[in-house]
Amino acid sequence: MNSVLIRRPIRRWFPLFILPTFACFCIGFVWPFLQGIYLSFCNFNTPRDAKWVGFSNYVKAFSDAGFQHAFWNTAGFAVVSIILINVLAFAIAYGLTQKIRGANLFRTVFFMPNLIGGVVLGYIWSMIFDAILKGYSTYLTANATYGFWGLVILVAWQQIGYMMIIYIAGLQAIPEDLNEAATIDGATRWQTLTNVTIPNMMPSITICTFLTLTNSFKLFDQNLALTGGAPSVIMNGAKVNMTELLALNIYSTYNISKNWHGAAQAKAVVFFLLVAALAIAQLTATRSKEVQA
Amino acid sequence: MMKPKSRYSTLSTIVTVVFIALCLVWIVPVLEVLVNSFKTNAAVNTNAFALPTAESFVGFDNYVKGMTFGNYPFLKSVGFSLFITVVSVVLILLFTSMSAWYIARVNSGFAKFFYYLCLFSMIVPFQMVMFTLTFTADQLKLNTPWTIPIVYLGFGAGLAIFMFVGFVKSLPLEIEEAAAIDGCGPVRTFFSVVLPMLKPTLISVGILEVMWVWNDYLLPYLVLDRTKYMTIPIHVQYLKGSYGSVDLGATMAVIMLSIIPIIIVYIFCQKHIIKGVAAGAVKG
Repeated sequence: MNSVLIRRPIRRWFPLFILPTFACFCIGFVWPFLQGIYLSFCNFNTPRDAKWVGFSNYVKAFSDAGFQHAFWNTAGFAVVSIILINVLAFAIAYGLTQKIRGANLFRTVFFMPNLIGGVVLGYIWSMIFDAILKGYSTYLTANATYGFWGLVILVAWQQIGYMMIIYIAGLQAIPEDLNEAATIDGATRWQTLTNVTIPNMMPSITICTFLTLTNSFKLFDQNLALTGGAPSVIMNGAKVNMTELLALNIYSTYNISKNWHGAAQAKAVVFFLLVAALAIAQLTATRSKEVQA
Repeated sequence: MMKPKSRYSTLSTIVTVVFIALCLVWIVPVLEVLVNSFKTNAAVNTNAFALPTAESFVGFDNYVKGMTFGNYPFLKSVGFSLFITVVSVVLILLFTSMSAWYIARVNSGFAKFFYYLCLFSMIVPFQMVMFTLTFTADQLKLNTPWTIPIVYLGFGAGLAIFMFVGFVKSLPLEIEEAAAIDGCGPVRTFFSVVLPMLKPTLISVGILEVMWVWNDYLLPYLVLDRTKYMTIPIHVQYLKGSYGSVDLGATMAVIMLSIIPIIIVYIFCQKHIIKGVAAGAVKG
């Protein structure tokens, strides 16, 4: 890294190596990000007619019943999907690493939904849920409970395969002699799993919990395509979409009217702070429990 | 000696049977779409789980209908999706790998600043920038399929640079020094020495980016002029949005057409795809 031989000549090529990427990065990320923070303190239709209003957008955002509902909905959804996805993905990965026949084929099938886009997945599952619920003469968007669990099933079906791949990689990295030593010491399969395998799997568990957590908070396409937030009810005089998660709530707030643009951007800033805080907290919390194998 | 062995094999048979059952759960939703794509609209509506009968079977009619369904030719959406994905991913791979090499080797104040900005951008959700990015893209005329790859390069640069920098740092410096001594300039060193060594990461990053851009809905939906340009996810959501009058059989055919190419590619490159995705997760 300290090689002058390499460093000096490259620096002269700055306009070729860095400038195009950096310029696009500014257009696609830095400028919209900064402008987004500024506009969250403004009333605006487009950025040209922005008027500074201080924190009133944030007050409006926090007192919006729809936003509060979306927050608790997202938190509940995240808890349920983190547990469900990680337990099942770990169990499947554990089973597939026990030298069973056709393990590769199973792995291929479980991973497959990850390649299909969220919008298409949402459409497929809304058709299936509606067909099932028709047997009970109801439909998916009739009840918020159906929509919530429907989304849980969809996301589990999609992400289990992804987390399974990470768990399989983790399981295969555990040295064989650790398991052998446990067996020689007379440990049962269950004891080996809880005392040897799982402690050694903490790095993978960290990654997967972190991924499922942020995925749940950022979920948008599947939410939009499955229920679009329906059904909605009137709560304290405001329309609340019962199956809406945070990301979709921000999006639909923006589409209410131009009076809501500022509040939508304020919600987006709050949402960003939340996702960033979760990501950092989760990483530091679980990293400390890792075993140095 | 025989007893534990036979117990083990019954256990593994049970596990195998459980996995076969689970696999069916995973395949049925897609099979369901396939079956329904051969049925009449009325038949899908009354019982989506029934197999087509002589009356409800329509052959490939739905596929023919689906091509022009919703007043927008489906093949046009496929074309835009293909173009945007290919150009964006090539741009991302080329420019971010160059920048990553610069960042890893130069290590100046600016390089570090850019690198930390990239890390930062990875934790920023798209909703934070979606409205303002739409305005910016509109103003700079980046709202067409021909220019939207620039937006993708900008918003996708963070993860790609992060992955490339990690890999470049693990490459031995001596090879590049030898090239420099032999009279290679930085451009030639990069393209004929560094880039070939980056191949495994190029494949991993490439797969991650293809999966992102191909399936992305919100960014092109907001940025592109939707009356003129649609991509496959926008097309599918557009069909769903106009329900009531929607022809379910034809919609299922459209969905099937959008899934088939992905599954074919997956069957042929599944090892690379799974490895690429796992690499992205472990590092990201």
